[in-house]
Amino acid sequence: MTLIEMTVCVRGIGERFLSLLKELGHMFIFLVNAVYTIFRPPFKFKMLLRQIRFMGSKSIVVILLTGSFTGMVLALQIYYTLRKFGSEAMLGPAVALSIIRELGPVLSALMVTGRAGSALTAEIGIMRITEQIDALTSMALNPVRYLVTPNIVAALIAFPLLTSIFDLIGIYGGYFVGVKLLGLSSGTYFSQMELFVSMEDIRVGLYKSLSFGVIVSWVCCYKGYFTSYGAEGVGKATTSAVVTSSVLILIWDYFLGSVLI
Amino acid sequence: MKKIDLETAVGFFLLIGIFSLAYISVKLGRLEVLGNKGYEVYAEFEQVGGIKPGASVEIAGIAIGRVTGMRLNDYQALLSLEIDKGIKLQEDSIASVRTKGLIGEKYILITPGGSEKIIADGGKIRETESAIDTESLMSKYIFGKI
Repeated sequence: MTLIEMTVCVRGIGERFLSLLKELGHMFIFLVNAVYTIFRPPFKFKMLLRQIRFMGSKSIVVILLTGSFTGMVLALQIYYTLRKFGSEAMLGPAVALSIIRELGPVLSALMVTGRAGSALTAEIGIMRITEQIDALTSMALNPVRYLVTPNIVAALIAFPLLTSIFDLIGIYGGYFVGVKLLGLSSGTYFSQMELFVSMEDIRVGLYKSLSFGVIVSWVCCYKGYFTSYGAEGVGKATTSAVVTSSVLILIWDYFLGSVLI
Repeated sequence: MKKIDLETAVGFFLLIGIFSLAYISVKLGRLEVLGNKGYEVYAEFEQVGGIKPGASVEIAGIAIGRVTGMRLNDYQALLSLEIDKGIKLQEDSIASVRTKGLIGEKYILITPGGSEKIIADGGKIRETESAIDTESLMSKYIFGKI
């Protein structure tokens, strides 16, 4: 390798890193701008309600389905592992803790990303390429107030509630399999659970779902807001929004989990 | 079918969500919304290895309260126990740290006494029995000191 090739290689790395930094800074300024408008009237209350319906109410069915089956499969798998040690009594705490601390927040965030996040990116992206956002700007209206802030607030409200629905239905899914199908006693399932689950665990799950709400609404709005032009651009933005939010959710989950343990 | 309007859909979602959150917090998290507090008594132990705040306090296998706090006082473990209102503890009751099953969780067992005097709110259980350390028991057995 000649010296020139090496400098080109090093330069490439530097260029990548700088553009990554630029993108991150751009994203962060976008978030700060959106958070700033949360506390500044006029508040777009109707938009907020509409976004809560979009993210929350319409996600209930999918959350119920994923929640119940997650609880059921957890109970099934954990039961057969615990049986080897003769400690089936721990089924309740194992199901409840893994759902409340990890799976509830993460899976409901992933489901909402797939269901609502992608649609959000596409919606904002199409507004961008049909120049509706530019129209708002030229009328001296802040587009962030109309398009981004309601989504972030709606996500902050909807995510924890969806997570608690997921937790509850997951625990009862586990109850159904553990008690009705596998023959554990109902008292054991719930009393052990009550002993081992504390308010601290529930709080950790809520913190996680709040932070996932910010991540999902932020990334999805950002990707749609700064989409490249053309139908292809919106498609790309949607894909990248879903992939980025899902990866960020899983990474952030690990770090938050290790800090809040 | 009539289309559900915006406010109904949001209200429905909020109600279900808040209900789930409240149910989990109250049932599993033992969050006390109503001020249904019992009274507090203290007990000093030499050794409470394994007891955590929230551990149950039982008489004859029935839960009558829980451990609310624990701290070190003069090199002894001082536990505060919250006892349900209707339960009266005699002054010579014995509090002991016990284990459920062989490797189960630790709890406080109270053996009622025969005294006429009742421990008041903020009183102290004087007779206590520390946790049985299975490891030292085993080593005693192995090295033949029993």
